[in-house]
Amino acid sequence: MAVFDEELKALREMVLKLCSMVECAIRDSVNSLVERNADLAKEVIKRDHMINALDVKVDEECIRLIALRQPVAKDLRFITTAMKITTDLERMGDLAVNIAERAIELNEEHLFKPYVNIPLMAEITQGMVRDSIDAFVRGCTNIPYDVINKDDEVDDLTVKNFNELLEYMIRDPKIIPIAIKRTYVAKYLERIADHATNIAEMVIYMCKGKIIRHMESPGP
Amino acid sequence: MVEEVRDKNIFEIKDFNVYYGSFLAVKRVNLNVETHKITAIIGPSGCGKSTLLRALNRMNDLIINSWVEGQVLFKGIDIYQKDTDVIELRKRVGMVFQKPNPFPSSVYENVAYGPKIRRIKKKSQLDEIVENALVRADLWKEVKDKLNESGMSLSGGQMQRLCIARSLAQEPEVLLFDEPTSALDPISTANIENLLQELRKTITIVIVTHNMQQAARVSDLTAFMYIGELIEFGNTDTIFVNPQNKLTEEYITGRFG
Repeated sequence: MAVFDEELKALREMVLKLCSMVECAIRDSVNSLVERNADLAKEVIKRDHMINALDVKVDEECIRLIALRQPVAKDLRFITTAMKITTDLERMGDLAVNIAERAIELNEEHLFKPYVNIPLMAEITQGMVRDSIDAFVRGCTNIPYDVINKDDEVDDLTVKNFNELLEYMIRDPKIIPIAIKRTYVAKYLERIADHATNIAEMVIYMCKGKIIRHMESPGP
Repeated sequence: MVEEVRDKNIFEIKDFNVYYGSFLAVKRVNLNVETHKITAIIGPSGCGKSTLLRALNRMNDLIINSWVEGQVLFKGIDIYQKDTDVIELRKRVGMVFQKPNPFPSSVYENVAYGPKIRRIKKKSQLDEIVENALVRADLWKEVKDKLNESGMSLSGGQMQRLCIARSLAQEPEVLLFDEPTSALDPISTANIENLLQELRKTITIVIVTHNMQQAARVSDLTAFMYIGELIEFGNTDTIFVNPQNKLTEEYITGRFG
């Protein structure tokens, strides 16, 4: 294998590692909330610096490859996609930290309503991240058009979650401070799904060479 | 409609074959060269890119056993018609080669040679042509005080610009460049590349280059050739960001063969 191909493989593996760290952060942050496990939440917050460090490392490697290898065509699209999606992954890591922070606060309050929507949103969101990155890593064998549709499901759940909590707040205004924090968590997950959509759009660009952002119907 | 196409495309190459004896070097190429654009031809050694370039001003006529089929229309007229004035064609479609090849005479004489052949004798007129060509070739400032020195005494980059000035003195409509910077250092290369951008405002340029980054930097359109065939032709940014043909992609990303 040529040196440049080895370098691209190493970059691909770094992005994959970053992705699995972020996926883990999302899963643990939501579990820390649902299982009321403050230690797990603290763990997510503690681990975030590793995500940040890997994000910087991926960026540095992309810049190095652009400078030294002057990539074109699919190599150029691969490297620019890696650069862009790590920014989204890093932001997702920050949002997982935000979820963990809210989990620590919420775990000290009474559970006036079981968590139903949030675990569901987390599951869909993690699937979105996984499907997008799969296409990136496996070289476009499965182009992630579905991810973009799944974002709508997460958006709908965010609204549903808000409306349900609103009913509780109207019935018992004392729970407003706690309920608002729960709407925050849903909002964080909704933002994570938006970042996953960005990743899917970039991966579609990498595979097809066509930018589909801000298009009405980004079908195949 | 036909006239509009002719204004847009200074050359229309149609079902064009070039043979060296029985060897088919360029195979059924169809390509339009757009006026006032820089068209780069890239491809591995022996792909026929230089042959195609040289066919545009019939330089291949000088090679024994070479013959062609198909058409090369220059402003709508087939240059391979029997009554073509080849000398006039090469005046209108000039050529700059890989290795700078000034005549063994002064800087001035190198540039004035063509106009003199055209029977321009008046000194003031020749002076004007020489200065104008050297200015356009971005060489005037460097040689204005040594016009009588030998063209061979200049640096490699200056000699190449002198050859460009020599071509420009003929007031060509097209300039063909065959690997014009492969013998030059990066600074001289950058000078020539900048010069190409200036020249394209007034003339059409076709350049053959092995340096893909150069094709990407200087050209508007890129043609990729392989074993005599035109594989892909399109806007340079499309070719280098999202080529449509797998062979093109393999070649430009260095994964050929």
